[in-house]
Amino acid sequence: MSTFLLLTITAFGLGAMYFLIASGLSLIYGLMGVLNFAHGAFISVGSYGAWWTEAHLFSGVHSVVLRFLLAAFMGLVIGGVFAAAVELVLIRPLYNRHIEQVLVTVGLQLAFVALLVGIWGPDAKVFVVPPWLHETTTIAGAHIPNDRWVEIATAATVLVLLQLFLRRTRYGLIIRAGVENRAMVQALGIDVRKAFTLVFAIGGVAAAVAGVLSGVYFNTISPDQGTSLLIFAFIVVVIGGLGSIGGSAVAAMVVALTQQYTNYYASAGIGDMVVVLLLGLVLLARPRGFAGAVVGARA
Amino acid sequence: MSAVATRTLLSVRDLHVHLGQSHVLQGVTFDVPEGGVTALLGRNGVGKTTTLRAILGLVGRRGSVELDGEQLASLPTHRVVQRRIGYVPEDRDVFTGLTVAENLRLAERDADPRYELVYDLFPDLEARGAQRAGTLSGGQQQMVAIARALLNDNRVLLVDEPTKGLAPALVADVAHVLERLAELTTVLLVEQNLSVVRRIAREAIVLDQGRVVHTSDAKELLEQPELVRRLLGVGRS
Repeated sequence: MSTFLLLTITAFGLGAMYFLIASGLSLIYGLMGVLNFAHGAFISVGSYGAWWTEAHLFSGVHSVVLRFLLAAFMGLVIGGVFAAAVELVLIRPLYNRHIEQVLVTVGLQLAFVALLVGIWGPDAKVFVVPPWLHETTTIAGAHIPNDRWVEIATAATVLVLLQLFLRRTRYGLIIRAGVENRAMVQALGIDVRKAFTLVFAIGGVAAAVAGVLSGVYFNTISPDQGTSLLIFAFIVVVIGGLGSIGGSAVAAMVVALTQQYTNYYASAGIGDMVVVLLLGLVLLARPRGFAGAVVGARA
Repeated sequence: MSAVATRTLLSVRDLHVHLGQSHVLQGVTFDVPEGGVTALLGRNGVGKTTTLRAILGLVGRRGSVELDGEQLASLPTHRVVQRRIGYVPEDRDVFTGLTVAENLRLAERDADPRYELVYDLFPDLEARGAQRAGTLSGGQQQMVAIARALLNDNRVLLVDEPTKGLAPALVADVAHVLERLAELTTVLLVEQNLSVVRRIAREAIVLDQGRVVHTSDAKELLEQPELVRRLLGVGRS
């Protein structure tokens, strides 16, 4: 029972990161039709931004907790600004040119990993976090690492904030409408391009949160960490339904639980393959995913 | 022809649109006088909807579109609409995942949106504010689509086949609403139902194969069955 509980909570922690990455990917595709393969770079910008500022900007701060929080905040800011810049400079000139968008985002992802290797080398870097995160809390005999709670709570908070933003603000309304029919939003006199930049920035911040949390989860960060997380996030987006935040949240947990249970109860390493099979099954049975929006109306 | 000379509000000159390999609009030229309803008529596929979409910039176009002397052809869609042009699209295009109230809120452009007018014309929409637009009937969705355009004080409304697919009783309701609209603003109307055109339109412009082939007083046109048959392919009007 304790093993099952540990696996479940750990899966929720992993699923939290998948959700944070997938939510941005899903909104970006849903609104703009952009398959953003550079999203892995946003993850790395967040994790390396936090790691670098912790060591260089906030080294004088004595409290480890405060230092970690300040560095994490800087990682998010850098991630959001970087993502908005990518949209303005690289994506905006290529609207409705999907092949070119794929090429430029894949190129950026590859170039960014190479840049990180070139500057800081290929080796993993230790991510300094408050010691409490490495301790465990015992629940029903299961020793749950504390960082899992932080990851779950952070993802839940982001989910609530995103839903509030989408439901309660005018920009949220524009994004929800734009996911359904972008041309009609423009025909109401709304400059949808501002929403594009905002969605990229939100996606960048969420991915940067995932980057920071991946540093906490794995204790280290490395140049290709964003890429490996991105693959599963794409699977989550497709299973959850393009453009659906709620669908991404459910799918992230399903994918992470499937990975964890299969790796433990079947055979280590087989979880990734089972997730790909799950993706195939969902595509066959429900091509729009759990809660996919109608994106065919996009102009 | 109309006995009273009126000022031109919307002027379209030599408008060309290519969609894929098709040269859909081949130099469309016409004027829309200020006030009342001008009907844009023609057989299926002659470019009526494309003309409205080209005026708005929803499709790539070449040529001139002037609103009260201001050139719009180089502007993106949202800037064209911000010049106070409203649009009621063919097939309604309401946002089915949003509620009725959200559909209307999204359309707000003016500081003081005209909810009183909208709910006076469509009292049902006020009661259904919290209902998802996707669960409305076709007629109710058409009301939402028209209401979105009515919320703002537009100088011209582009209305595309508002009676398409509606039951006869609803067609009469929509025609009545269009009459009210025409009292408030200028309407460029694409409509296949000639009884609606006869009831509300002042001017008629007929397109064929991407070109304007006839312009006249609407009633004058519709009183000539042979001309109607030749231009619109309709045996009886």
